[in-house]
Amino acid sequence: MSGLLTGWTPGDALVLTLLIPVIGAFLVLALGRWENARDGASLITAACLFYVVTQLYPIVAAGGRPDIVLFDMVPGLSIRLTLEPLGMIFAGIASFLWIITTLYAIGYMRGHHEENQTRFFFFFAIAIASAVGVALSGNMLTLFVFYEVLSISTFPLVAHHGTEEAKRSGRIYLGILLATSIGFLLFGMIWTWQIAGTLDFVRGGVFNAEQAQGPMIAVLLALYAFGIGKAALMPFHRWLPAAMVAPTPVSALLHAVAVVKAGVFSVLKVVVYIFGIDLVKLAPGTDFLLYVAAFTIIAASIVAMRQDNLKLRLAYSTVSQLSYIVLGAMLASDIAALGSAMHIVMHAFGKITLFFCAGVIIVFAHKTDISDMKGLGHRMPVTFFCFFLASLSLIGLPPMGGMWSKWYIALGAAETHQLVFIAVLMVSSLLNLAYLMPVVLYGFFGKEPIQPEADADNDHDHHHAPPNNLLLRPMTFGREGVSDASFICLLPIVLTATGCVLLFFYADQIRIFLTPVFGD
Amino acid sequence: MTAFYAFFLSLPYAAAIEPHLPVLQIVIPLLCAPICVLLRHPRLSWMWATAIIWIAFFIALVLLGKVLASGLIIYEIGNWPAPWGIEYRIDAANAVVLVIVTAIGAITLPYAKTSVEKEIPEPRIYLFYLMYMLCLTGLLGITTTADAFNLFVFLEISSLSSYVLISLGGNRRALTASYRYLIMGTLGATFYIIGVGMMYMMTGSLNMADLQTLLPAVDHTRTVLAAFAFVVVGLGLKLAMFPLHTWLPNAYAFAPSAVSVFIASTATKVAVYALLRVVFTVFGHTGLFETTGIDLILIILGIVGMFAGAFVAIFQTDVKRMLAYSSVSQVGYMVLGMGLATAAGLTGTIVHLFNHAVMKGAAFMAIGAVFYVIGSVKLQDLAGIGKRMPVTTAVFLVAGLSLIGTPLTVGFISKWQLVQAALDHGFWWIAAAILFSSLLAIVYVWRVVEVAYLKAPPEGAVRREAPMFMLVPMVILAGATVWFGIDGDTTLRIAGEAANALIGSVPGGKP
Repeated sequence: MSGLLTGWTPGDALVLTLLIPVIGAFLVLALGRWENARDGASLITAACLFYVVTQLYPIVAAGGRPDIVLFDMVPGLSIRLTLEPLGMIFAGIASFLWIITTLYAIGYMRGHHEENQTRFFFFFAIAIASAVGVALSGNMLTLFVFYEVLSISTFPLVAHHGTEEAKRSGRIYLGILLATSIGFLLFGMIWTWQIAGTLDFVRGGVFNAEQAQGPMIAVLLALYAFGIGKAALMPFHRWLPAAMVAPTPVSALLHAVAVVKAGVFSVLKVVVYIFGIDLVKLAPGTDFLLYVAAFTIIAASIVAMRQDNLKLRLAYSTVSQLSYIVLGAMLASDIAALGSAMHIVMHAFGKITLFFCAGVIIVFAHKTDISDMKGLGHRMPVTFFCFFLASLSLIGLPPMGGMWSKWYIALGAAETHQLVFIAVLMVSSLLNLAYLMPVVLYGFFGKEPIQPEADADNDHDHHHAPPNNLLLRPMTFGREGVSDASFICLLPIVLTATGCVLLFFYADQIRIFLTPVFGD
Repeated sequence: MTAFYAFFLSLPYAAAIEPHLPVLQIVIPLLCAPICVLLRHPRLSWMWATAIIWIAFFIALVLLGKVLASGLIIYEIGNWPAPWGIEYRIDAANAVVLVIVTAIGAITLPYAKTSVEKEIPEPRIYLFYLMYMLCLTGLLGITTTADAFNLFVFLEISSLSSYVLISLGGNRRALTASYRYLIMGTLGATFYIIGVGMMYMMTGSLNMADLQTLLPAVDHTRTVLAAFAFVVVGLGLKLAMFPLHTWLPNAYAFAPSAVSVFIASTATKVAVYALLRVVFTVFGHTGLFETTGIDLILIILGIVGMFAGAFVAIFQTDVKRMLAYSSVSQVGYMVLGMGLATAAGLTGTIVHLFNHAVMKGAAFMAIGAVFYVIGSVKLQDLAGIGKRMPVTTAVFLVAGLSLIGTPLTVGFISKWQLVQAALDHGFWWIAAAILFSSLLAIVYVWRVVEVAYLKAPPEGAVRREAPMFMLVPMVILAGATVWFGIDGDTTLRIAGEAANALIGSVPGGKP
């Protein structure tokens, strides 16, 4: 290890990556009384985490696989951390976007005068710790443990407001996630352990030719695909729209990046390292799952079009986009799986930008419904421009990163002669266009209603005087009629939107980095 | 554990005492209990009981260490050789149960001190400690003895004292609950003794090891078949096997908090052990296990109990009662593991004996502490309790997550083992049933969690935690819930030894 970590073995550094957010969480709890110190602690923790993750990158890129066995949980099965390229990518984006989201969350939570901020930042850090745990898992048991901790630690964030609606949504959220994971995923996992005698992640899968016979592989694959409820495959997607009652930073980082990506990442891990791509190709149930994923892509897009609430529309869009990744994984070709892995990154940057924008529109313009956003683009030009860029990425147009992942998934579909899925991808792109562009069009070309402030959403916030703090004050850029989000909220938006553009140019780096997993 | 045994041997006089530990384990609390009558004073009785029960806990640990190091311990009472005399036999299976019972007994005592002062009138407090020690004696006796009739004697000691303990509850319904338990418990004990009588009639022996060798010769007779049925039903009543569980919910709900903790974590566990012993040791060599289809009966009753208990728990508004029904459900898991009749299945049962004792103990302690502070355990009165009593509620949350079976808690370890045992058999539907019953647990646990954390506390409610004497024991149990949920390896290995001790002697048993 180089830099500050000189003398640490890579295995120790893995434990450190897990511990940093946990320590940060308790620091937040301890500093709860001093707002600025507490939020500073959050930021510093996020920065430390990202630093350690970047220190691990060169090791993995050079072919190293840091590995550490912590302890045996049941005889023969240990809690084990291993870092391989897929996990590196997931840990990288989760920790990088955590810094940005923390910045944004500080602005959002203060701007929105939310209560219980200490609890919020505490569970936020715990959730990140478990997401990183999922990324670093060295076997299925470890992954499952962190997966469940992630579900439970995000519950207080979803039910944050404590209203009847928040409670109901929290119930749906936890109910679906726990039910699928205990009912299907755990079942599939113990079954796998029973058959193969191991739950380690092995390239090419854990089943030998004899064990891989028969319809049971199809059942197992389905147990995993539906059991990983965080991948939001229909009909187990309802928790994601329900989670939108949470404060927007939660929707942005957790329900566009950490939680949902933990889901599709797990699917990808299972396909690549438990079954092996070759076995998935042969398994009898794969076609069924492909069609379920395709159906989810289209159906969720159509539902998204019908949502007037911006956050809900984005949530259904996420459901749809997650199924791209599942589709890519189930196509059982290396190139499609590569596309899936890339889409984890591309969608993360695109969707987090969109949610950031939706959040500042709530805080600074007090609007949640798209139909109320007519003409808002003139007031918040930067926000709406960034929204536009991120939309392009999600649709898959150049020069945005989102193009490449779709490209590779489509290539995989062509390679396996399943042209119907290319059609699905194309239709879905059109649908993306149809549900994302109206927001931008309304914003820039719509006519602002006569009484802009008269809607129901300008509730308690107006009783608060605008803050004096330069960071928290709405930005005007010195122009009349412009009142965009505060600097501390706008900076993250601009950064992630820029990320979408940069990813178009650096996508090949990701491909090269993933070569050891998917081949050339 | 073996290290602990070595430590004991290094103590002075250890060599002289060591051979007599099996009997001291029982005789010490038995003879010391009546002294409470002479002491009378609540504080003095408490100190006395604490000293004695911690000694019992110490002895149990030494015995477990010794068994793990050198195997079966046989102790002949009064040097009368079996089958004429009474024999105590300790192997891995009952050594584990001894540790569970004494550990819960010991850790409940500091908790009981505070809780009892509030719930039981002062002149009767010494009775509580007296009965507590007698109950413990009975449970330890059931666990240690290798004599079928002697088991009945201890069964009665523990039952009679627990009737008194339950009736000490403040609510007048405690009396009817206790009376009901008395009727059902007496029925159970009577059934058991009828079964033992029939076995004695056919074989002329009461010693378990002796019965094991004598019974196969007569296992085709209707008398032995009837004996088997009587014994299984009798013990089934004591362990609250569905549908013989009806005494349990009220008994747990109306007993004083400390009694609920102690009885819920120990009494049914010991009855489960007794049934294991009878089925797998006494009748282990007969063909009855196969011919009667008892394995299938146990599996089905286990599964129905799992679902029925959890389902009824969902509709309870009294949280103590809810936990009681949850116990019915959890006993279902143990019965199910027994029905699987493999080493893996029995390991699941035995590890769940321990795991359930720990988590249910923590849950009952937490709810008892809530009762101590706010005087109610009704769901609607618990609004915002998470803010008013943060530590207590956190303990309840940990115990609840464990009841659900989330990873990093002991509940996960039990479920892991049981599901695996079911899949070993190829019974995938049993595995699915185990997992789906956890989903019901999510519902009944989360009802409480929501009220506790998301509902605003009533006007004027202040933040007030339970006293230290209650907090420390329950935090220890919650800690154990997490500790042994992370390090399930240790408990599973010991439970595996215990299962082998039980099933190893069974030719038909599949190790």
